[in-house]
Amino acid sequence: MTTVVLEDLVHTYAEGSVRAVDGVDLRIGSGERVALVGQNGSGKSTLARHLNGLLRPTDGRVLLDGVDARTRTVAQLARAVAVCFQDTDRQIFAGSVGKEVAFGPRNLGMPADVQRAAVTEALDAVGLAAETSTNPYDLGYSRRKLLTIASVLAMRTPVVVLDEPTTGQDARGMDRVATIVARLAADGRTVIAISHDMRFVAEHFERVIVMRAGKVVLDGPPVAVFGSAAWDTLASTYLEAPYPARVGQRMSLGSTPTDVAVVAALGARVHPGRSRPDA
Amino acid sequence: MTLALHGVGYRYAGASTESITGVSLEMRDGEVVGLGGASEAGKSTMCLVLSGLAPRAIKGVLSGTLLVDGEDVTAWPMHRMAEVVGTIFQDPTTQLSGVCATVFEEVCFGSMNLGLARDKVIDRTYAALDAMGIGELAARDPSRLSGGQMQLVAIAGLLAMRPRHLVLDEPTAQLDPAGTVLVADALAHLAAEGASILIAEQKTDMLARICSRVLILESGRIVLDGAAEDVLADARLDALGVPAPSAVRLRRALDAAGLATDLPADLVA
Repeated sequence: MTTVVLEDLVHTYAEGSVRAVDGVDLRIGSGERVALVGQNGSGKSTLARHLNGLLRPTDGRVLLDGVDARTRTVAQLARAVAVCFQDTDRQIFAGSVGKEVAFGPRNLGMPADVQRAAVTEALDAVGLAAETSTNPYDLGYSRRKLLTIASVLAMRTPVVVLDEPTTGQDARGMDRVATIVARLAADGRTVIAISHDMRFVAEHFERVIVMRAGKVVLDGPPVAVFGSAAWDTLASTYLEAPYPARVGQRMSLGSTPTDVAVVAALGARVHPGRSRPDA
Repeated sequence: MTLALHGVGYRYAGASTESITGVSLEMRDGEVVGLGGASEAGKSTMCLVLSGLAPRAIKGVLSGTLLVDGEDVTAWPMHRMAEVVGTIFQDPTTQLSGVCATVFEEVCFGSMNLGLARDKVIDRTYAALDAMGIGELAARDPSRLSGGQMQLVAIAGLLAMRPRHLVLDEPTAQLDPAGTVLVADALAHLAAEGASILIAEQKTDMLARICSRVLILESGRIVLDGAAEDVLADARLDALGVPAPSAVRLRRALDAAGLATDLPADLVA
């Protein structure tokens, strides 16, 4: 398993231009479910692209299990960190769903039987097992998005980065993505997801990192990051706590980032003798 | 009657069945209609048909009739459709012209092509940049923006064209919550001026916020059609693959726990 450390990471796309990432220090342990949130253009995707070497730091370091990523090739880093991009159509290139998902495992040199198992498992997880011979472009947008997630899962890397995995997903797709996040973490794999969906983040991640103008401005569990003490900082990056958090604040229930938390807090108020249900 | 479909079906070239079928819809002036449904229920096909792109650019067979302001548009060429019905799709990278060096030029691009006077184009461009909160991006290269910023640029370009009607296919898919609010406000403003707007969207909180009426598609057919607050609280939404809005979900969670507590009515999800 792999620990990800960023040390004073800085990235500028061109000399003299704006610092897309501006001095980020982070330590993410293996098996953590981390959501990266912030305004459009706050540096989330730029940061994520450093984790597999697609971008190299202008300054500072990326360490994977203590090893400076700069000393590793993109091919070597691909064994540790797989990144699923926001724009599906820049990622998909194979002529069939099966080939698309098999590309990563094959390039990593997995033995044939392991490759097959990895592909099947990944397609099952996203609900595309019946589509192996389908052309990816015959799938609708939301299933293409799930296909790109499957491609990343099939690489069986200890760290998985998902850039806006719930974009365009319907209720079932959201459930699938939530299940994938939970299973990855249960397997001890690290999930780092970029998302604009604060409800999804609050319900399925244990740690929320808020970025603004290339810097980390909040870092903590949902109960802290979406608690009213953090609202001014959230607002400064044009974010708003999810609806249950705002309901809880209004009703003086404390910090309630999820529906479950609101129910528990209200239940405790109505029936003070009864212990809080499991959150 | 602004945009209307009478018994419309659409079968893509090479497909054996229709992606939407037997769809009838009459929109009213100033009406913001939300379109929900599971993935591949036909939302994008509806948008392509209403915008005129299907069958003009996306080949296939259209049955039934599309009326714009009461006129059968079957014989209209694409450029005439585009002047009346503006369209935005979920993927901004396919929406931008790819030939403009700056965001400002990109936002000008559509209204320039309408043949408007230069001063008018410039005024509209500033207004649209301002409405989308992207004035400071004016000098940037559109291809170097983040996904969400590109989406705002695409929407600004559409606003600058001031189309009478708007068809939007998940216009806020990559937007942060603030960008989503800007788009919602801009749409409400256009509707107040009489534009009729159809917006396909998975985010039911967004639909609850801006739509007066919501349609739900299943397998290419309209299965729910009514006032937004009724449709979005309908118990069948789950089975139709549509996530209930945040306020509805919390209400249900409280009911399930036997908590009758009222929720603050003025909080917008």
